[in-house]
Amino acid sequence: MMKHTLAVIVNDQPGVLQRVSGLFGRRGFNIESITVGTSEEPGLSRMVIVTTGDNHTLEQVTKQLYKLIDVIKVVDLSANPMVGRELALIKVNAEPSMRPEILGVVETFRAAIVDIGTSSLMVQVVGDTEKIDAMIELLKPYGIRELSRTGVTAMVRGNVK
Amino acid sequence: MATQGAILKSKEEIKERLSKPEVVSGSEILLRSLVLEDVECVFGYPGGAVLYIYDAMHGFSDFHHVLTRHEQGAIHAADGYARASGKVGVCIATSGPGATNLVTGIATAYMDSVPLVVITGNVMSTLIGSDAFQEADITGITLPITKHSYLVRDVEDLPRVIHEAFHIANTGRKGPVLIDIPKDVSAAKTLFKPVNDVNIRGYNPTVSPNKLQVDKMIKAIEQSERPIILAGGGVVYSGAHDELCEFVKKSEIPITTTLLGLGGFPSAEELWLGMPGMHGTYTANKSIQSADLLICIGARFDDRVTGKLSGFAPKAKIVHIDIDPAEIGKNVPTDIPIVGDVKTVLQQANKLVKRADKADAWRAQIQESKAQYPYSYEDSDKELKPQWVVELLHESTNGDAIVTTDVGQHQMWAAQYYKFNKPRSWVTSGGLGTMGFGFPSAIGAQMANPDRVVVSINGDGGMQMCAQELAICAIDNIPVKVAIINNQVLGMVRQWQELIHGNRYSYIDLAGSPDFVKLAEAYGVKGFRATNKEEARAAWEEALRHPGPAVVEFVVRKEENVYPMVAQGSPIDEMIMGDAK
Repeated sequence: MMKHTLAVIVNDQPGVLQRVSGLFGRRGFNIESITVGTSEEPGLSRMVIVTTGDNHTLEQVTKQLYKLIDVIKVVDLSANPMVGRELALIKVNAEPSMRPEILGVVETFRAAIVDIGTSSLMVQVVGDTEKIDAMIELLKPYGIRELSRTGVTAMVRGNVK
Repeated sequence: MATQGAILKSKEEIKERLSKPEVVSGSEILLRSLVLEDVECVFGYPGGAVLYIYDAMHGFSDFHHVLTRHEQGAIHAADGYARASGKVGVCIATSGPGATNLVTGIATAYMDSVPLVVITGNVMSTLIGSDAFQEADITGITLPITKHSYLVRDVEDLPRVIHEAFHIANTGRKGPVLIDIPKDVSAAKTLFKPVNDVNIRGYNPTVSPNKLQVDKMIKAIEQSERPIILAGGGVVYSGAHDELCEFVKKSEIPITTTLLGLGGFPSAEELWLGMPGMHGTYTANKSIQSADLLICIGARFDDRVTGKLSGFAPKAKIVHIDIDPAEIGKNVPTDIPIVGDVKTVLQQANKLVKRADKADAWRAQIQESKAQYPYSYEDSDKELKPQWVVELLHESTNGDAIVTTDVGQHQMWAAQYYKFNKPRSWVTSGGLGTMGFGFPSAIGAQMANPDRVVVSINGDGGMQMCAQELAICAIDNIPVKVAIINNQVLGMVRQWQELIHGNRYSYIDLAGSPDFVKLAEAYGVKGFRATNKEEARAAWEEALRHPGPAVVEFVVRKEENVYPMVAQGSPIDEMIMGDAK
């Protein structure tokens, strides 16, 4: 099973997210993550969907997406050299005595402390999925209280649009 | 012709009158837009959320409105209208239960690619999301079963939305489009200016095929020794029956037509092998399995056609012509994909195609098989056989009627024994298999074709799912001839329980059904009953002669099965032949 990252350009219309996610659901396609936001063109939103499946599934996903009237374009970003990034906020147990150690991990990952509580720290980390997975692994021993990930947003490298 | 000219002129006058920019309500915009889209007949049922729309319809005579007795009847009638005419079917229902009663009909149309514009009222915009009285999220509910849908929040959008809906419903791969109109939007007033152009960025169906692919198909035909055509509903929907005839005439390739493709090719032609699949002909199924080239035209390799997918057409190179790219390669791996409108593709192919010269032995073999294994049943002089009844209906109408069916055994017998020669003469729910469809769809088919004989073949089960529409046949004098093949059970379920579940008959007995003759008469429709051939002939002849609607109940035994039959999950050449040895 291959992981694919798709960019889906859609009309910025009410219900469009439901149309796209509903299609994945009823056709039995898996969604690993989905992000939606504005694109460079007013009136259009850009979704980035990470899905798993073989080439046949990917072809069906793409064709079925194109059948939605509100879908303008579908690009398999992962077919090209691509930058994929997500952001995670991790609230980790951190008594004052433990903080220097945690800070060491955070700096190594070029992450940031964005909030400090009396017994916790909120860590913000940006990177590809593997980096965030690794960061979470390293913070686990301290006790992760809360975790929130954005899912991947992505773009093809270079001048191609 | 003079009358025709007068009608056309008055139509243009109406359109001109309605096109004049004027401040009117959303409801009036809806009605005017429907007329401008050439709608002549809508099927509907009023209610609270469509009160303004029905108020605008009061005294409105520019199209005909049929008041059905159930929203399900309305949408099946609109569906039958669309299938029998090629035009867009239109129905209207109120919010909440009115809208949800349409769901089965929308799914039916979606599965069979039937162009419908479905209009629902909704509660006022300010109440949407508050669980208001008769509120249902109908755009959400129907998302997976519509080609597209709109929830109109601003009356300014209404003319554009309606025009787009008709365009989307009736182009590309056709399908139902839903327009949900909140009550305040149908009441709001604005300046109405008709919209005549469409510009939908995300919607550009491919009509013309890639020439290279067509060339590849032509080459494959030249090389093939055992070619076969599998033609489906797409032929009928794109109006490509003449082109298909030409294609077959030139190539002399044997052809099988799917359930929805019946009528897309004249059944009298020598090269026609009948229907393939679960209850298809011996010859069609065997030929598909030994073909070296299968040209699929406007069909989608439904599981009832393919049987066990991995064992389907194992030796064949597959050519697939379809307007919907998503169908190509979905079920069956395709060697030569041709995306395009069937008619356009065949027009191009007909310029190039030559007789498949290497296939003479194949043709001879197929003709022999066809002669040896026709559909057959054991007739009886003592009792009525359902297959004989269908043959009677066929002969008495010269094969020229529009036939609609419900779902089950009678549907398969109708498909097997009524021999169609014209497209748009066969209306049946293939994909969804919707019981209750047969009778109301006949009403729609008759509304679209007032001059043709419309025969609706039903079982005693399905007839009871929409029998209430007998009322509109009586009131509007819609002369549908309803045949009820009454075997007192849910026959297809009985057949499966007999053959697959070892005679364990579970809840198939329809004892307690009404006396269908009395039921018809209670609605003011003529009713007949026949229990033997003589009665059947007499009753049916009289029903046909009668100028209005009529119901004829044919009483048959419950043990009759549909053969041949391919058990679910078996390859299609493993057929249970039954009576037909």
